[in-house]
Amino acid sequence: MLLAGRAWKYGDNVNTDILFPGKYTYTVTERSEIARHALEDLDPTFAANVQQGDVVVGGRNFGCGSSREQAVTCLLYNGVSAVVAASFSRIFYRNALNNGLLAIACPLAVAAIVAGEPIAIDTAQQTIRCAAGEYPFPPLSASVMGIVEAGGLVAYVKRKLALP
Amino acid sequence: MAAQTFAQKALARAAGLEQVAVGQVVDARPDVVLSHDNTAAIRRIWRQFAQPQVVIPERIAITLDHAVPAPTTQHAQNHAEIRAFVAEQGIQHFFEVGRGICHQVLSEEAIVLPGQLILGADSHTTHFGWLGALGAGIGRSEVATLWATGELWLRVPESMQIVLEGTLPVGVTAKDFALRVIGDLGADGGLYQSVEFHGSGVAALSLESRMVLPNMMAEFGAKNAWVAPDDRTAAYLVEGLTRRFRRQGQDPTAALAALASALSSALLPDAEAVYSAVYHYQAADLEPYVACPHSVDKVVPLSAVAGTRVHQAFLGTCTNGRLEDLAAAAAVIRGRRVAPGVRLLVIPASSAVLQAALEEGYIQEFVAAGAVIGVPGCGPCMGNHMGIPAPGETTISSANRNFRGRMGTADAEIYLSNPAVVAASAVAGRIADPQTLGA
Repeated sequence: MLLAGRAWKYGDNVNTDILFPGKYTYTVTERSEIARHALEDLDPTFAANVQQGDVVVGGRNFGCGSSREQAVTCLLYNGVSAVVAASFSRIFYRNALNNGLLAIACPLAVAAIVAGEPIAIDTAQQTIRCAAGEYPFPPLSASVMGIVEAGGLVAYVKRKLALP
Repeated sequence: MAAQTFAQKALARAAGLEQVAVGQVVDARPDVVLSHDNTAAIRRIWRQFAQPQVVIPERIAITLDHAVPAPTTQHAQNHAEIRAFVAEQGIQHFFEVGRGICHQVLSEEAIVLPGQLILGADSHTTHFGWLGALGAGIGRSEVATLWATGELWLRVPESMQIVLEGTLPVGVTAKDFALRVIGDLGADGGLYQSVEFHGSGVAALSLESRMVLPNMMAEFGAKNAWVAPDDRTAAYLVEGLTRRFRRQGQDPTAALAALASALSSALLPDAEAVYSAVYHYQAADLEPYVACPHSVDKVVPLSAVAGTRVHQAFLGTCTNGRLEDLAAAAAVIRGRRVAPGVRLLVIPASSAVLQAALEEGYIQEFVAAGAVIGVPGCGPCMGNHMGIPAPGETTISSANRNFRGRMGTADAEIYLSNPAVVAASAVAGRIADPQTLGA
């Protein structure tokens, strides 16, 4: 799969309260509304301007904090195709894979990517390309790949339970 | 058999395997699956599996704690959906509005035993390491998956050791130790790790203080954390189990036997187990610390920020809302008053803590000093209700997280400290050291 989009670049420790504030977690349930609040306390321009296929780029410990799954779905509902970070917080990483959002740990690419530039991700070749060059990233473990290939955890479990 | 860490042993047990290797992905069957106010959302995911019944009703534990009592009609509707689910599925471990915060309540009720695996849709599920269990946070889709299948993939983590030797100086708490570790090693210092606490300094801590350490390791990036259970842990759990079974009119004998068995075969790490890192701390070298806005690892000695104006002081949460925390704060408040222009919010972590604090007279002292007492639960920790700061205001809090916007207002600052410092700051109207607080 080939993904292409502009890079929205942020720093280290992009936490779940900044991705999707806790005050909304029990009351905001509509997809469009969840999308509208994405990153509002960090970058108020994000939700209004992000385009289908764009990539969020972060530093270390991306997604740290709460277990809230909207930290992932708020990006998905905005059309974000992948998150590239130097490292991920573990619950965010699980939530991303479980919802079919590509989460790629690649510190070299993060250092090279310039905010706003177009980047391309080749999932088959496992490379990220930006103006500065091409950067390889490691493959997912085989067992987790099954979940991603099924289209996320819910689809994976449905298949396991032999549901349509 | 190769020497094993605690996490290796606990995940081997939960996966029904003889032993597991670091990095191995296993299908684990947790003993307890926790959710809270997010249960209604989880139910909506689970319904896609078209099951009439969850497969593990006896392993599900649900508390209403994050926004209680319901602040809006929408929150009330959310709670109503959860109650309907609990009734329809026959969930026994359900705790209503006002009973308290999930991690505190499940501890008091002895629902999780040493060596067991608890997975929860709450990042602070690391908490249960205090009693020698493996607790880890997961997402909502994962809880729905567990309801439907009883199992979930987990990667066996690397383990690191944090060793504390000696006795903490007066005025220095387990919270200060946790803040120091996070400040030294960073908010991702324990990323993906199982953090084992060792040493005489940890063994010497009260049980309530031990609870702080695994709880705070969620802010360190850890998958889970662990403290060795001992005789005091056993006595606490025996009391909790006995109380719960008697209340339900049931005989606790079988449950007590199960606990005794869990304790006697306690999953202790092997002496030769392999660790990614070992860090040593001397208790005597520690002092009170404060985490500054807007990151838990921006840790400085209390003296560096003393004098910073505060508008609100919040004593509570799963980190520091227990009886010893209220006792420490009450000792500071005694004979003093909350400063003009400051709100002191006191929110006990559970109804049992509230009741004990009433019996000890702490609540009366807080009220006399001008504090506000809240309903046991999470309070304003995550910005839902009951103490959201105004833009431009500063809060000092005994909680675990101070991200921008965490308490509901992006343009507000949150400092984190131990409970006595929260109380002293409420009295002074500025971040203050309880040891040097004037009359």
